[in-house]
Amino acid sequence: MSMNASRSALDCVAHHVRNVPRSGIRDFFDIVSTMRDVISLGVGEPDFDTPWHVREAAVFALERGATHYTSNLGLLKLRQAIARYVKSFFGVEYDPESEILVTVGVSEAMDLAVRALVNPGDEVLYHEPCYVSYRPLVTFAHGTPVAVETRMEEGFRLTRSMLEQRASHRTRLLILNFPNNPTGAALREQEVREIAAFAIDRDLLVLSDEIYSELTYGRRHISLLSQPGMRERTILLHGFSKAFAMTGFRLGYACGPAELIEAMMKIHQYTMLCAPVLSQEAAIEALKQPDRDVAEMREEYDRRRRFIAASFREMDLPFVMPEGAFYAFPCVAGLGLPSKEFVLRLLKEEKVAAVHGTAFGACGEGHIRCSYATAMEDIKEAMARMARFIERLQK
Amino acid sequence: MNELLRLLMINARESVENLAKMLDRTPDEVRAEIADLEKRGIIRGYQAILNEDALGNDRVMAIIEVKVTPEREGGFNHVAMRASRFPEVVSAHLVSGQADLLLFVEGRTLKEVATFVSEKLAPLPGVTATTTSFLLKTYKKHGVLMETPDEYERIQVSP
Repeated sequence: MSMNASRSALDCVAHHVRNVPRSGIRDFFDIVSTMRDVISLGVGEPDFDTPWHVREAAVFALERGATHYTSNLGLLKLRQAIARYVKSFFGVEYDPESEILVTVGVSEAMDLAVRALVNPGDEVLYHEPCYVSYRPLVTFAHGTPVAVETRMEEGFRLTRSMLEQRASHRTRLLILNFPNNPTGAALREQEVREIAAFAIDRDLLVLSDEIYSELTYGRRHISLLSQPGMRERTILLHGFSKAFAMTGFRLGYACGPAELIEAMMKIHQYTMLCAPVLSQEAAIEALKQPDRDVAEMREEYDRRRRFIAASFREMDLPFVMPEGAFYAFPCVAGLGLPSKEFVLRLLKEEKVAAVHGTAFGACGEGHIRCSYATAMEDIKEAMARMARFIERLQK
Repeated sequence: MNELLRLLMINARESVENLAKMLDRTPDEVRAEIADLEKRGIIRGYQAILNEDALGNDRVMAIIEVKVTPEREGGFNHVAMRASRFPEVVSAHLVSGQADLLLFVEGRTLKEVATFVSEKLAPLPGVTATTTSFLLKTYKKHGVLMETPDEYERIQVSP
């Protein structure tokens, strides 16, 4: 392509894409990857390998010749297994023929849902700090992202009054993610009830990203779908990455009313065609004994969670005891450094990688995300190094 | 199983302070519970898990299936306990299937193990037959792989 001399290549990038910054995590990753012997608390995926029986099933499927396209919606056998699992775990029934779509990770499902539901100019409510992709996805779909800030004082949980303050007559969609990345917050029944009532009163659609729902500690996950009137206005987004340690398989799914799934399927059909068949075969196996695999990993995460919490207490760092996912989000504001500088110095001086809170939204300032999806031995060493670093800062 | 026991089974050398952090208890509480578990004979001991092949250890290990005629009183227990008391017997189990007892026996040489079987084990009253299999290589022991497979590298920072 020859370009007009007065026009740079950057000018050719669509405005709504050009104006979206790349993820702060990406920049940080570039720095970390140049260093050696770093202990990373910066990883948003399980450190466990996929359970062996699941990997073995993928190998067997490959041997059998599972190398072709599948239905756009995904293998029917997998959708049926998902329907059974969702019914037993979330208590909601979906028709595998028309109400479940298998996607390339929850990331794709989220993108499809936003594109299928948002008209240009529609406002989309989401809560920060949050996963890095919600805001950009809404922008890419020509919607207007509206952040609701959650705070440490309220345990990073979301309440109706916070939502009411940011809602308007243009609000069309609400994106939720509990248990939450990066804060580890989980919702209580009272909040779930209030948020459902808010969505119903304002006639909003809800995208509920419940990817961490199996990983809760001390209390069982309460899905938004447990509330009456929510099934018809909610798209449940879930997948295999976190509970089954299958991030690299890139497999997620969306469950919702048939008309909405059909709309998402159209975009998926023309952009992705189908999720990789090997991953789908592996997922069928994963759903054969979900409880056992998940329970083992959850117990290990729980030990690390308690260890990391006890370590923060020793360091006098304010934090909210995480109730879900595998992240802790302590406050380092009292140590006199902006969180980005804190993590850069922690990395440089002690070779521990954590992610600055601002990567997850402006209100993450003053916090750092420490993932405990890292082997216990590494967590112990990382905590010792962090304590040393903080002690130096306080001198 | 008790969570403290599970942690000790993963790593019996874990410090009491770290165990306390993982269990959300005080070090004193953990210390007291371990002492109690030892006193009650639930914790029978602590051992290192070795890769003896790597050590160049040429000791011989054999699995011995033993057929036993059960006694009128006591069943297999009497013979099993008698066999277990030989220091050569590393572990002993009552099993279902063709044999009745399964013993792991260790010796310095093949001959030593064979002699133990023919002179000590087979003559025990009640023992009617033995089948000996010598161990050639150990891949996994006590839930631990004897070789660490190459780790697939995980990216250091991700969302």
